[in-house]
Amino acid sequence: MKRILVGIKRVVDFNVRIRVKPDGTGVVTDGVKMSVNPFDEIALEEALRIKERGGAEEVLVATVGPADCQQQLRSALAMGADRALHVQADGIIEPLTAARALLKLIEREQPFLVILGKQAIDDDNGQTGQVLAALWNRPQATYASKLELVGQGSARVTREVDAGLETLEVDLPAVITTDLRLNEPRYVKLPDIMKAKKKPLDALTLAALGVEQRQQLKLVKFEPPPQRQKGVRVKDAAELIEQLKKKGIL
Amino acid sequence: MSTKILIVAEHDGSRLNVSTAKCVSCARALSGAEISVVVCAAGAAAVAAQAAQLAGVARVLTVENPANEHALAAVLAPQIAALAGPFSLVLGPSTTYGKDLMARIAGLLGAPQVSDIMAIESPTRFRRPVYAGNAILSVEADGAAKVVGTVRMASFEAAGGGGSAPIEKAAVSVELPTHTRFISVSAARSDRPDLQTAARVISGGRALGSADGFKILYSLADKLGAAVGASRAAVDAGYAPNEMQVGQTGKIIAPELYVAVGISGAIQHLTGIKDARTIVAINKDGEAPIFEVADFGLVGDLFQIIPEIEKLVS
Ligand SMILES: Cc1cc2nc3c(=O)[nH]c(=O)nc-3n(C[C@H](O)[C@H](O)[C@H](O)COP(=O)(O)OP(=O)(O)OC[C@H]3O[C@@H](n4cnc5c(N)ncnc54)[C@H](O)[C@@H]3O)c2cc1C
Ligand SMILES: Nc1ncnc2c1ncn2[C@@H]1O[C@H](COP(=O)(O)O)[C@@H](O)[C@H]1O
Repeated sequence: MKRILVGIKRVVDFNVRIRVKPDGTGVVTDGVKMSVNPFDEIALEEALRIKERGGAEEVLVATVGPADCQQQLRSALAMGADRALHVQADGIIEPLTAARALLKLIEREQPFLVILGKQAIDDDNGQTGQVLAALWNRPQATYASKLELVGQGSARVTREVDAGLETLEVDLPAVITTDLRLNEPRYVKLPDIMKAKKKPLDALTLAALGVEQRQQLKLVKFEPPPQRQKGVRVKDAAELIEQLKKKGIL
Repeated sequence: MSTKILIVAEHDGSRLNVSTAKCVSCARALSGAEISVVVCAAGAAAVAAQAAQLAGVARVLTVENPANEHALAAVLAPQIAALAGPFSLVLGPSTTYGKDLMARIAGLLGAPQVSDIMAIESPTRFRRPVYAGNAILSVEADGAAKVVGTVRMASFEAAGGGGSAPIEKAAVSVELPTHTRFISVSAARSDRPDLQTAARVISGGRALGSADGFKILYSLADKLGAAVGASRAAVDAGYAPNEMQVGQTGKIIAPELYVAVGISGAIQHLTGIKDARTIVAINKDGEAPIFEVADFGLVGDLFQIIPEIEKLVS
């Protein structure tokens, strides 16, 4: 079956005002809204569109994380994914661990395309896709803003890079990571949420996949960022220029 | 004890990117660091010569191969991983080039990666922003043999020149993949300063209303010798090209002067400008969050104010 695998990460919603815990052990997550990482929604949307155009037969979503993550897998199923895999793991899951687990799923499921987000908006690591592509020894096309399947065996990907837009051709299977402009994810309708409850969601464990959960980076301390001093209001352009000149900026 | 550090140079085939000099500054923050720079290219001589001049660099390694003409992570990563043996820290810039490449190297090495290093406190202790810069995290590489890192550009000044490090050809024999092919790059060349290194930046938001609307910013920028940036909303609407986007998912910049014009100041935008020395905000909504971080705030209509400013600085 022609299958696309999409990585889903549960993160603090992007609209939440982040507060660091006073004891520096993390950020406040109690009672805070959690969502699918926005870049992963884009990844899923892209996979669904490929399927709707006849380019794939099944869209599979997967996450590595604690039991709560099943909520986000259900959201992904409601958006239109066909099937979900939950790899149960508690504690810190580093990109290397997530990638190793995803690779095991790839070996089982044989997708021709794997789409991940370019970064998770909690850890802001931006690593998992590249690490996975390295472990898998397959092409990577990161920061995709356009994705076209060419014939059977390859894809053309436009990437958002510092210089502008770069186009690569990659043989499939390959790992793609999404940038914001790749697409705009669809809204989920209520009946889809009901339907999603009946879609298959299988639970596995890291141990069953034979992946060791190593933590190579110890999170020593979280601190709030330094605050900028509150500035002044100026009344018009002339006063602005005067102030900037006085400070030696102009 | 010295820490052996390998820095992966960023370049366009003829010129070394300033991002490499910033990585050198990051590495030099460790006392006793022994810094090597590796240049992978089709022909490396010109770029290697520039890297050899960076103050603090002990030697430059060149890896020449026609396959290195375009910076494809899948092609470069195995070559750099093959050289990484003697080094305990492998650094690259947190630019799209470095972010794409370094994590692939980390994957090949099975090493942890510290992304967006803003401070290096020991060979194994780093500080980095998480949650779009809303928290600063200190991490300790616990017993890892090797650490890979990307260096946050806004946190370091470029290392100076005056050095004369020896340049050595490195012998690397690894099989290079052909599964990834470069097709093209469309870089809008402009005479304006580079957004990431400019001392002055003027950015426009959704309020500019059209690509045409941005012209008043270009005009002012040219008077001030400034680069022009944009909010995501402005880029999404097609008013400005993607490489102009400032913020969490665009460029993180640290100019002397940042002028936000018709930008509301969403958290994701502010992440990109936190290190600017002076922030000016021009917005018709006095309640816009941008004013919370602005050193100078001016409430009013940008279409009236920007031409006035231009007249005053002409
Ligand atoms: C995962 C994620 C990542 C993101 N990354 C980024 C990023 O990297 N960079 C980024 O910028 N955004 C990013 N965003 C988007 C961000 O949340 C905001 O939507 C965006 O920054 C808003 O852009 P804006 O300020 O131009 O538009 P708006 O929020 O619409 O603000 C327009 C402002 O212009 C003012 N205005 C209107 N007319 C005038 C006038 N005539 N004169 C003066 N002022 C006027 C208004 O008062 C308003 O404050 C991201 C969002 C997500 C979810
Ligand atoms: N635990 C995880 N489970 C599933 N996918 C993940 C996980 N962690 C990261 N990913 C994917 O990798 C992308 C980049 O994450 P990161 O490297 O953490 O910034 C995310 O957008 C996800 O698509």
